[in-house]
Amino acid sequence: MAVLHSAPKFASNEGVIDAISESISVWLIGAAETHGEVIFRVQRDSMARVLETLRDDHAYQQLMEIAGADYPSRPERFEIVYMLQSLTKNHRIMVKCSASEDTPVPTVTTLWPNAGWLEREVFDMFGVTFAGNPDLRRILTDYGFEGHPFRKDFPLTGYTELRYSEEEKRVVYEPVELAQEMRSFDFLSPWEGADYDLPGDEKSRGTPSVADPKVTEKPSDTGAGAKANEAASKPVSPGSPDQKSSGKDAPPAPDATSKEGGR
Amino acid sequence: MSMQLEESPTTDGEVISNYTINFGPQHPAAHGVLRMVMELDGEVIERIDPHIGLLHRGTEKLIEHKTYLQALPYFDRLDYCSPLAQEHSYVLAIEKLLNLEVPIRAQYLRVLFAELTRICNHMLNMGAHILDVGAFTPNLWIMDLREDCLNFFERASGARMHSAYFRPGGVHQDVPEKLLVDIGDWLDNRFFQLFEDAMSLVMDNRIFKQRNVDIAVVSRDDAVAWGFSGPMIRAAGIPWDLRKSQPYDVYDRMEFDIPVGTNSDCYDRFMVRVKEVYESAKIIRQCLRDMPQGPIASTDGKVSPPKRGEMKQSMESLIHHFKLYTEGFHVPAGEVYVATESPKGEFGVYLVSDGTNKPYRCKIRPTAFSHLQAMDFMSKGHMLPDATAILGAIDVVFGECDR
Repeated sequence: MAVLHSAPKFASNEGVIDAISESISVWLIGAAETHGEVIFRVQRDSMARVLETLRDDHAYQQLMEIAGADYPSRPERFEIVYMLQSLTKNHRIMVKCSASEDTPVPTVTTLWPNAGWLEREVFDMFGVTFAGNPDLRRILTDYGFEGHPFRKDFPLTGYTELRYSEEEKRVVYEPVELAQEMRSFDFLSPWEGADYDLPGDEKSRGTPSVADPKVTEKPSDTGAGAKANEAASKPVSPGSPDQKSSGKDAPPAPDATSKEGGR
Repeated sequence: MSMQLEESPTTDGEVISNYTINFGPQHPAAHGVLRMVMELDGEVIERIDPHIGLLHRGTEKLIEHKTYLQALPYFDRLDYCSPLAQEHSYVLAIEKLLNLEVPIRAQYLRVLFAELTRICNHMLNMGAHILDVGAFTPNLWIMDLREDCLNFFERASGARMHSAYFRPGGVHQDVPEKLLVDIGDWLDNRFFQLFEDAMSLVMDNRIFKQRNVDIAVVSRDDAVAWGFSGPMIRAAGIPWDLRKSQPYDVYDRMEFDIPVGTNSDCYDRFMVRVKEVYESAKIIRQCLRDMPQGPIASTDGKVSPPKRGEMKQSMESLIHHFKLYTEGFHVPAGEVYVATESPKGEFGVYLVSDGTNKPYRCKIRPTAFSHLQAMDFMSKGHMLPDATAILGAIDVVFGECDR
């Protein structure tokens, strides 16, 4: 596909996959080039060794970023993506592995000192642990925060809110109370993959029988008759309290011209 | 309080102890809300533990709940000193996923305003840095120039700071001809006179040099290993600039130089920024000279909205307009990492799309994260007041660092 966009152009990806795949083939699960990005998927336990090979033998000197992503439907729900950059070859690659809450990823703080905070952030946001990181504290969330906010099952509003209490002269934490319902609009068009029902959608599920068309040839087909009359005579609303208690018919309406004479 | 006790030969055997202080979170030299727990031996810094995240707003999570276009203004609010530079990474990431062609005039406009943003950012940072080490006047002078930049942004987009001007496929609207004339006029007749005046006060100033030269020297190897970028890596003598090495938009048509430092100290970082301002001005002049006429947003009606006049006349445009501002456009599934040279360094966006109208995941790579992390090793053995100079030379903004 011809490149039309004007995003950053680095050195060509040609031959990169082959060259690198060969040297990390033992740990490699898959490699692909999509949207102009070279992505290697490797075994989690060998992550540190893979990155060391890439740094030392393939001149990817800089670790720019470690990104986490949550895919709750997968057996190992988290994906850890390492962005490497080569200053000498002017090239970027991504290396990723999957992980779950109880499967630690080997730390790369031994290779790059700046991996420390990057790993702390992934731990803070997703709860993925890094084996060997000497300082795996929370980094971005509040002191004493519970939970991992960037997981897909963590609500956008969070669970607690805080305010300064004038009575207690300190900041107090309270469960979130929304003054207005959280507004999250789903504009995904219904015929392009929305997974909820619009009114009337339920009709589409039962197959209407085309063989016997609906007709009104007999009276019973129309629904008219004694049964229907009885149902129609019932009051629609309970009526006012005095009407209900009397049990008698309401007095008839007065005649058009009264015998007693008006004023 | 006391971290360790030790016998000192200079105090006649009397036991003195290191003490720990809080620098921030509310400290004018902390450039926002940074809390640094400092362990001091007298006035010498032994260890710094920066506590960040006090401005964490969960931007990345919020972006997952918005359409691609609705998420754009969040980028203005990350590094509020250079808003357009962050939008640049984001729109390029979307365009890379869509493989969308951007008209040439739009590319020129983006480069023009990205460089204006760079000047704008450096005006603030250099002013603050100078102020942190004790000089008051230059800050006031160059803040005036920043104000001029903000006025230009306002005339282009309607907003001074949070412009939301770069859009997937181009820019939001064309600029008036007079604005381009005025920017050129400003560079020719006003900017450099004031800027040079202000810089002449500090560049050779003895006090300024005493506070900055040989402070926080970082070797080339360290700069690479710690993931430095932008002026921080250039001050270490590595001519690495993404505008040059990985050009985006029309940067490959621009002629400019990459200033590098020789000593890799705070003074070099400052001087790299001073020189960059001149290079930015060069790029702006080339943009003004070469910018062609033409459309300012992609002609693909499925991504960029129609003009208002068109919308009133054509049914198809009306449908496009309605769909784009409710449902938004769909982006093909995939993932990209796009990094641009923001004034502070490499600002990256890792964008994962699942093929719908909302990003599945948007990881933002802040520039300050790596730099601030190195604060501990850069400040070790320096005096307490040097910490403010180091922090000033890092150019840290917490909207971006904490996200």
